[in-house]
Amino acid sequence: MDKMPHWADVILIPLISLILAAFLSALVILAIGENPVEALQLMVQGSLGSTYGWGYTLYYATNFMFTGLAVAVAFHARMFNIGGEGQAMLGGLGVALVCLYVPWPHWTIALVFAIAASAAFGALWAMIPAYLQAARGSHIVITTIMFNFIASAFLNYMLVNVMRPAGSMDPATERFPEAVNLPTLHEMLLPFGIQFSKAAPVNFSLVIAILACILVWVLIWRTRLGYEIRAYGHSEPGALYAGISPFKIIMISMLISGGLAGMMAINNVMGEAERLVLNATEGAGFIGIAVALMGRSHPFGVFLAAILFGFLYQGGAELALWTNIPRELIVVIQALVIMLTGALDNMVRMPLEKLFLSMRKGRA
Amino acid sequence: MTAMTKLLGAAAAVALGTGAAMAEPALIFDLGGKFDKSFNEAAFGGAKRWADETGGSFLETEMQSEAQREQALRRFAESGANPIVMTGFAFGDVLNQVAPDYPDTKFAIVDMVVEQPNVRSVVFNEHEGSYLVGMLAAMASETDTVGFIGGMDIPLIRKFACGYAQGVKAVSPDATVIANMTGTTPAAWNDPVRGSELTNAQISQGADVVYAAAGGTGVGVLQTAADEGILSIGVDSNQNYLHPGQVLTSMMKRVDNAVYEAFSDGTDLETGIYVMGLANGGVGYALDEYNEELITEEMKAAVDEASAKIASGEMVVHDYMSDESCPAVSF
Repeated sequence: MDKMPHWADVILIPLISLILAAFLSALVILAIGENPVEALQLMVQGSLGSTYGWGYTLYYATNFMFTGLAVAVAFHARMFNIGGEGQAMLGGLGVALVCLYVPWPHWTIALVFAIAASAAFGALWAMIPAYLQAARGSHIVITTIMFNFIASAFLNYMLVNVMRPAGSMDPATERFPEAVNLPTLHEMLLPFGIQFSKAAPVNFSLVIAILACILVWVLIWRTRLGYEIRAYGHSEPGALYAGISPFKIIMISMLISGGLAGMMAINNVMGEAERLVLNATEGAGFIGIAVALMGRSHPFGVFLAAILFGFLYQGGAELALWTNIPRELIVVIQALVIMLTGALDNMVRMPLEKLFLSMRKGRA
Repeated sequence: MTAMTKLLGAAAAVALGTGAAMAEPALIFDLGGKFDKSFNEAAFGGAKRWADETGGSFLETEMQSEAQREQALRRFAESGANPIVMTGFAFGDVLNQVAPDYPDTKFAIVDMVVEQPNVRSVVFNEHEGSYLVGMLAAMASETDTVGFIGGMDIPLIRKFACGYAQGVKAVSPDATVIANMTGTTPAAWNDPVRGSELTNAQISQGADVVYAAAGGTGVGVLQTAADEGILSIGVDSNQNYLHPGQVLTSMMKRVDNAVYEAFSDGTDLETGIYVMGLANGGVGYALDEYNEELITEEMKAAVDEASAKIASGEMVVHDYMSDESCPAVSF
């Protein structure tokens, strides 16, 4: 029997965690002599108060949906994929190669191949740690996090020595040709008579991200493979007894996970920057962990948590721009949210479970 | 009624507030950080000087990662800041994309040429200033070996190194110039630890004067040079005060003037390419109470003579970026 009703699990716990995080953040802001109420107003206004703000919030949310889904899928097999950052970087490389070196007639065709390339590169990067785990028992947490550094160094090398156009000083590739530029939300909404900010980077990838959420849901809860992944995640001996190969499940779940993380690149590389720059992922791979934790590894939860973190990211950028709150402290605030919603989940959960249990006893 | 007037008053105040915000200039610092004691801090100094003199206020932001540049630029442009000044070549590509979207906003970029009708590009003749400090380095050196530590390995920094080496060779043709770069990514602008290691490596090769053209990394170079008892040369800002008596001089790149002028011109900012060299005081070497004992009369006379010749065009210092090669030093 469940210890508490489902709605408390999916709504109440994240909400209380958020309020706690907001309270602690307010203390931090007070401590450096700024007004927390004003800061919150700025964050809300800057991220949700205009279509420009929404555009950035949704752009970041798109990133987090991909990386959040990536972590969530691996979670179902009890694989902790911390390598989303590196996999997304490699995905970016895949997108850049596809967009730069093939003359595409139209963005739709380019997008299909860019998705394929980014997913393939991301999956390939996840495959090595997955194999090491499945065949050699090397811990996936250690190997994936190490692979982030390798990916970052590799990308440095590629951008500085191979892909930087002649005469340019900036370690970044050329701009992608016009034909592969994804339509922004502004262009997508214009036919419906909706005026959306032209400057915001949110683009067609948002649609792909939402599709990915639905597909992951279908995969995990409506297919035989999804059942096997969940079964393996719940109990390895049980899965073995049922004839499920652990090797196969580890490999497949990590390949899907890496592929999803890699696909983030169609948003930030193809959709926004339209070229590959250093640090293009901006930590989204790590945020994905928090998003998956907060979303309870459910695609819809990931979707909502991604939007929340999109808001925090964009709100944080606004704070940095308009107040004297230094960037480092904004990172502290974001970290508080991650810590309370992700890592310290049980701190809220256990008292709440006790509360619900005692209420039930009282009724009975 | 009173509530109504209050409301209207508040609305007017808000309107005024936005009006004031609209005229505000903005400054964006690149990676390396606002307080790098060098390039970005020079820009901040210029903005601060403008604010102190006019009583105006300005918007500012620091970059945290490469991918944020466009957002920062657009955010300021959207909010009506004008003009918007940014430091660093890395903004070039982004500005080229953003500037046409805001034709009524004036932009100024330091260290890069962006050919858009509403952009002022300020570039410096760093090779000329570096030539002068190279001469000083060669005259101050006893081992005839001098060092150069660059930040990110890009043509712009090689331009510093090349001018420096030419200055050294002009004084003592047999001198050895050791040139090292800190890294190949923007992280190299803010890595004082590696700067310190490179300095130690150059000292072990016999260098007794090192020139740091590396933004925040230079802090480590200057510190190690001071600790080890050799001379160092600062860059961009006047860094002589950091270690009095142990910093030979600083190659001044007047980024502060560039920012100050852009802010002073305000929305009437004239666009186009501005070249700041020795002739118009854009670059030079620093002489103040902290290093006057290090610079002898002969040294000063020799450098001032060369300076005058370069300013008048009588003597030309080779610019690395003109043909991506350097006659005086190899990389």
